[in-house]
Amino acid sequence: MTRRAPECDGAQSGPVAAADVQHWPNLVFQKLREFDVRHVTYVPDAGQARLIELCQTCREMEATVLTTEEEGIGILAGAWLGGERGVLLMQSSGVGNCINMLSLAKVCSFPLLMIVSMRGEWGEANPWQVPMGQITAENLRLAGVIVYEVTEAEAAAPAVEAAARIAFNGGLMVAVLLSQRMLGAKLFKD
Amino acid sequence: MNEPNELSRRSAVARILADRRDTLVVTGLGSPTYDCAAVGDHPLNFYLWGAMGSAVTVGLGLALAQPERRVLVLTGDGEMLMGLGALATVAMKRPHNLAVVVIDNEHFGETGMQRSHTSAGVDLAGIALTCGFRWTTTVKQAGELDKVVPILHTAEGPIVVVLKVSSDRDPLVLPPWDGALLKSRFRQALLNKSRG
Repeated sequence: MTRRAPECDGAQSGPVAAADVQHWPNLVFQKLREFDVRHVTYVPDAGQARLIELCQTCREMEATVLTTEEEGIGILAGAWLGGERGVLLMQSSGVGNCINMLSLAKVCSFPLLMIVSMRGEWGEANPWQVPMGQITAENLRLAGVIVYEVTEAEAAAPAVEAAARIAFNGGLMVAVLLSQRMLGAKLFKD
Repeated sequence: MNEPNELSRRSAVARILADRRDTLVVTGLGSPTYDCAAVGDHPLNFYLWGAMGSAVTVGLGLALAQPERRVLVLTGDGEMLMGLGALATVAMKRPHNLAVVVIDNEHFGETGMQRSHTSAGVDLAGIALTCGFRWTTTVKQAGELDKVVPILHTAEGPIVVVLKVSSDRDPLVLPPWDGALLKSRFRQALLNKSRG
């Protein structure tokens, strides 16, 4: 089922400039709308800043900023109990915060769609990000999460579509990892 | 040390749930889950058996998805302490239909009754209030419940009621712990469907 309000259509109107239409955040946003994702829980993240902004300005989405990433797993479980779908947006460092809480989604077969911006993975300037970034995918797989690693911008929206279908149809945990190869690395320069 | 609390957790929870009507209930792991089960199993009870710190967030997601229904979270002091940040997240969303009861025996009951932070005066109702909850209170006597329970079930949320209860142990009453079953029967009862 799809419910698309014109003001939320990232391709045609609202905050999205026409020249921006093919930009990956807009395409990912459209996929979230197509899958009737209503609850967008997030810890702020530069790599997904545009996607977060699109979700915040969409009247049919409920964007919730978290104090720590695992709160999103609880909120999305509650939303599913109430009949609605959601997504968790975070950085790879947040995956470490989520590990025990993934047991909630796993044991109850709650669908859990996650979009993760990688840090400490490819050309990272900040050494403090590297330990978690290097074990993110492996940790998720150990916890029972299906992992799609995206290294090129044009592959982001198809990966989110595939992840959403598996997650929501199967009651499974799926993470789309957005590589620093597509997002770029923060260089700590003015 | 303060005077020991005398309020019975089982009778307090029974008093609260007697007036639940069609309220959706989420329980935090450990004794709050058993207290709720002792009143009687119900398909609109979602019992957490793990995922410590998540009770309030599950209640928040449910409250946002079901704005026409009252959502009641019953949890303990230890579980609430692990998820204190969730109080800030709830306060930012201000769900009008969410009430949280913290059954505070000032101990970690599942692990050997070690003292918790609230035994040293950490004030969970005060924390919730300063986060921005609309109303909070701390109940110490059974007689206060008659006044608080109607507020708990009807006042505009988000609200927190802390029950200062005795640390006596009650008999174990164990509800189902098959998480997929608990999820599916809840959705069946609420939405008349189990699939997405």
